[in-house]
Amino acid sequence: MNAFKKTPFVLAASLAGALSLSSAHAAEVEVLHWWTSGGEARAANVLKELMEAEGYGWQDFAVAGGGGETAMTVLKSRAMSGNPPSAAQIKGPEIQEWGELGLLGELDGVAEAEGWDTLLPPTVADIMRHDGQYVAVPVNVHRVNWLWANPEVLEAAGVAMPTTLDELFAAGEAIREAGYVPLAHGGQAWQDATVFETVLLATAGTDFYRQALVELDPEALGSATMIEALETFKRLRTLMDDDMPGRDWNIATSMVINGDAAMQLMGDWAKGEFTAAGLTAGVDYLCAAAPGTQDAFTFNIDSLAMFRVEGEEREAQQALARLVLEPTFQEAFNKAKGSIPARPDLDMSEFDTCAQRSQEAFRQTAEQGGLVPSMAHGMAVRADVQGALFDVVTNYFNSPDLEAEEAARRMVNAAQAVL
Amino acid sequence: MSLSSSLARPAGPGTRRSPAAALQAWLPKLVLAPSVAISLFFVYGFMLWTFVLSLTNSRMLPSYEFVGFAQYARLMANDRWWVASTNLVVFGGLFVAICLALGLLLAILLDQRIRQEGALRTVYLYPMALSFIVTGVVWKWLLNPGLGIQAMVRGWGFESFTFDWLVDPDMAVYTLVIAAVWQASGFVMALFLAGLRGIDDSIIKAAQLDGASLPRIYRRVVLPCLRPVVFSAVMILAHIAIKSFDLVVALTGGGPGYASDLPATFMYAHAFTRAQVGLGSASAMLMLGGVLAILIPYLYSELRSRRHG
Amino acid sequence: MDNVIRRRTFGARLGRFTLYAVLVLAALFYLLPLAVMLITSVKPLGEISAGSLLALPQSPTLAPWLKAWGEACTGMRCEGVGGYFWNSIAIVVPAVLISTVIGALNGYALTKWRFKGSELLFALTLFGCFIPFQVVLLPMAQTLGWLGLSSSRAGLILVHVVFGIAFTTLFFRNFYVAVPSELVSAAKLDGAGFFRIFWRILLPVSAPIIVVSVIWQFTQIWNDFLFGVAFSAHDTQPVTVALNNLVNTSTGVREYNVDMAATMIAALPTLLVYVLAGKYFVRGLTAGSVKG
Repeated sequence: MNAFKKTPFVLAASLAGALSLSSAHAAEVEVLHWWTSGGEARAANVLKELMEAEGYGWQDFAVAGGGGETAMTVLKSRAMSGNPPSAAQIKGPEIQEWGELGLLGELDGVAEAEGWDTLLPPTVADIMRHDGQYVAVPVNVHRVNWLWANPEVLEAAGVAMPTTLDELFAAGEAIREAGYVPLAHGGQAWQDATVFETVLLATAGTDFYRQALVELDPEALGSATMIEALETFKRLRTLMDDDMPGRDWNIATSMVINGDAAMQLMGDWAKGEFTAAGLTAGVDYLCAAAPGTQDAFTFNIDSLAMFRVEGEEREAQQALARLVLEPTFQEAFNKAKGSIPARPDLDMSEFDTCAQRSQEAFRQTAEQGGLVPSMAHGMAVRADVQGALFDVVTNYFNSPDLEAEEAARRMVNAAQAVL
Repeated sequence: MSLSSSLARPAGPGTRRSPAAALQAWLPKLVLAPSVAISLFFVYGFMLWTFVLSLTNSRMLPSYEFVGFAQYARLMANDRWWVASTNLVVFGGLFVAICLALGLLLAILLDQRIRQEGALRTVYLYPMALSFIVTGVVWKWLLNPGLGIQAMVRGWGFESFTFDWLVDPDMAVYTLVIAAVWQASGFVMALFLAGLRGIDDSIIKAAQLDGASLPRIYRRVVLPCLRPVVFSAVMILAHIAIKSFDLVVALTGGGPGYASDLPATFMYAHAFTRAQVGLGSASAMLMLGGVLAILIPYLYSELRSRRHG
Repeated sequence: MDNVIRRRTFGARLGRFTLYAVLVLAALFYLLPLAVMLITSVKPLGEISAGSLLALPQSPTLAPWLKAWGEACTGMRCEGVGGYFWNSIAIVVPAVLISTVIGALNGYALTKWRFKGSELLFALTLFGCFIPFQVVLLPMAQTLGWLGLSSSRAGLILVHVVFGIAFTTLFFRNFYVAVPSELVSAAKLDGAGFFRIFWRILLPVSAPIIVVSVIWQFTQIWNDFLFGVAFSAHDTQPVTVALNNLVNTSTGVREYNVDMAATMIAALPTLLVYVLAGKYFVRGLTAGSVKG
C-alpha cells in the first residue's frame, strides 16, 4: 500500500476511500465480551439494537472460553498493540488494574446526567469507579450462594430443602440411601472455589469472610475458623459422585434436571439450564439460599469498562454507557442471564420467583451488611491472589491426604507471596 | 537439459569475479537473510524480551521494574510448577515413545500389501486434521467414567470394568497421553510408512536369501535404515508435546486440582489469566531451557553421526 | 511335503487374519471420537443428555447442521460458522503460499549453496519450531502495533508466515539434501544462476514435498486458535474463533449437537485435504523429506 501512495491518483483514491469509510463507520463502538451462548447473545443483541436506534454502530467482538479468560488474553494483546476496543467486559478489582495502567476513560458526564450516584447501590457504584471517576457501567448482579434442587428427588428421599449445613449433610445421607447423588458438582478450580466460599460464609459468617477473602488478613486465613471451614468443605466431597473432576457446571446442573442428583451449589446462571429444559422455577426446580447463608449475598457483577478513546467513538461510547442501564436492556438481559438488574428501581413482576427473591435478598443484605463480593468470581481480590487461592483450594479438595492445617498455611503463603 | 547452450556468458571457476558473479555468490545468503532476520527478531528477540520480563515484577502488562531473580525463586517455591514440570517429563516421554512404537507397528503392518490400504491410512491420519478445541469435548466424554467407555463396557455386562483415569489425580496425566497419541500417532505411521517404502527391496531380498527370519530382518536391516525417520518423528513429536495446550485445556483443564497441569498451561494461566506476567515469563524461560537441554545434545549427536555415517 | 505346505498356508492365513484384526482394531480406536461426534451431531438435544454416547439417534435430524452453518450464535451474530470460512481462507491461502515459497528457497540455498555457517543457520532456524506460541503473544502484539498491523488480516498472515517458515525450511531442506547435487554442480559450472538452477532443476522435482509443506501448513494455520483470537478484530476472526465461541459458553446453555456439527463443518477443509491428498502426502514423505 505504501508504495502505491506515491502516485497522486492512488493517494486521492485512498483518501476518498478513507473518507467514505469513516462516514460509513461513523460513531461506532467495538465491544469485547464473552456473552456467546444463545440466550445471552440474544439478550445482548437488545443493547445493540438500542445503539443502532440512536444511530450508532455496534461492532461485536465476542470471544468465549474459560469464563472470560480467553477474552482477557485478547484484551491484553489489543492493549499491547495500542489498539484496545471501545468497551470490554471487565469486572471487579480488575477494573482498578486497568485504571491504574491509565487505559480507561471516564464516564462522569453520563453518570451525572443519569444520576448514577442515586440510581446505583453504593456497593455496585464503588466497583465502577477508579480514582473517584466512573470508568465502567454495571450490567447485572448475579447471586452466587444459591442451592438448586430437584423436588422429585427430595421427595423420593423424604427430605426437605436444607437450610443449614448440618441439614445438608443429614439430607445428603438420606438422598444417598435413596439411590441418588446428593450434590451435583463439577470438579473445576472455579467450581471448587465457588463451593468453598459458600461453605466459609456458612460456617464463619460474613465478617470473617470479608477478613479472610477480601482483606486477606493472614491471621484469619490461618485461623482455627478457617481450618474448620476447610474441613467442612472437604466433607462435602462425601455428598458428591466420583466422576466429578473436570465436569462442566452445566453437566452438573443437568444431573439435577434429569433426576440423577438432588442438589447443586451454583450461581444463578444455572437457571438458564433449567429454563432451557422447559422447567419452571418454584415448581419443577427449587431455589434457596445456600444452606447457612440466608443472610448473605455473594455478588458477582458483570460490567463493561470503557477504554480511553477519542472523537466520535467516545460519543458512541458514552451513549453505550447510558443505554446499558436502560430498563429495556436490563430486563431483557437479566431474564436471559438469570441475574437481577444492576439498578434496583425496576419492576420485578415479570421475573421468575428466584430472581424476585434474589432482588429482595440483595436489598436486605445491602442494608444489614451481608453483601459480600465473590472471591471465586473475581470480585473480591485481584487475579493473582485469586489464582493462588484457587490453587490451594482445588488442590486441597482433590488431595485425599492434604490436611486442612497445611491448606490454611498455604493459603496464608498464597495471599502473602503475591502481594 | 540444454542449460549450457542457453547460457549467454559462461563463467567457470578461476575466472575473475564480475559484479554479477559476486552477486550470484551472495544470492543464497541474500535469500536466506530475511528468514534469518525474522528468526533473530521473532524467535531470539522475543526470547530475550521474555527473559528481560522474567527479571521484572510485571503484573497485568509488561513493566520494567527489575527485581532480579525473585520470580525464579518464587517459581521454585511453587508446588504447582513442580507438578507441571514432572507432568511434562512423564507426558512427553510416554507420548513420544508410544507414538513411535504404535506408528512403527502400524506402518510395518500396513506395508504387508494390505487391501484397502488407502482407506486405513486415511483413517489413521485424519486425527491430525482436527484441532482439540472440540475433539477435546469428545475425549472428555469418552474418558469420563459415568458417560464414556467405562459406562459403555459396564452396559455390555462387565460390571466390574473400571476406567476412571480422568478423575484420578494420579492417573489424569495419562489420559492426556491417550488423546495425544490418538492425534499424532497416525502421522508418525505415515512417516514410517514413507521410510519403509524408501528402503531398497533388494537389501531385504538378500537378507531373506540368507535365511534370516522376518522379525530379524526388520530388527537388523530395516530399523537401522529408518533412523532418519525416527529423527524427524522425534522432532515433530517433541514439538507437539512441548506445545500441548489445547489438549490440556479441553480434556482435563489441568485437573483434578492441578494434577495434570503442564508448563504451557501453567505459563499461560499466570501470564494471562492471573496477571503475573513476570512469573509467567520466568516459567517460559525455564521451559525453553529444558527444551534446549534435551534437544541440543540430541540434535548434535544425530547430525554428527549422520555426517560420519 | 504336502503337509508342510498346508501348514504354512494355515499359518500364513492365521497371520493374515491377525494382521487385519490388529489393523481394524486400530482403525476403530482412531474412528471412535469421530463416530461419537457424527452420532451426536444428528441427535436432538434431549436424546444426548438422556442416552449413551454411541447409542444411535432415535429420530435423527439434520437441524443441528443447518443451525451450525447458518443460524447458531457466535456472539451477537447469529449467522453460524459459515461466514467465518472466508476469513479463514483469506488468511490461510496467502500464509501457506508465502511460507512454502520461502521454505523452498531456504531449503534450496541451505543444501545446494552451502557456505560456512549454513548448517548453524539451519539449526538456529529450527529452534523456531519449538518456541511455545503462548510465549510470543505479548511481544508479537506489541510488534504488530509498531508495524501498524494489529487486528488486521495482514498481521495474522505475517504471524503465521513467521512461525511457519521454520517447518517449511525443515521440510524442503531435508528433501533437497536427497536430490543429487551432480546436476546442480554441472549447471553451476555452466554458469547458471541461483534462481535459474532452482527453477530448472529443483522445482520440477519438488511436487511431492510441496504437497507435504502445503498440507502441513494448511492444517496448522487452519486449526490455529491462539493467534487467530489474539490478533484478530471483530471482522477478521477465523473460523476456529467462531467455533470456540460456539462451543465454549461460560454461563449459558450448551447445545452439544450443534457444537459437534459446527466442529465437523469447521474441520471439513482439513479433513478433505487429508482424505484427498493423503496419498500424495505419504508419497511426498517417501520421496525424501524423511530421508534426512
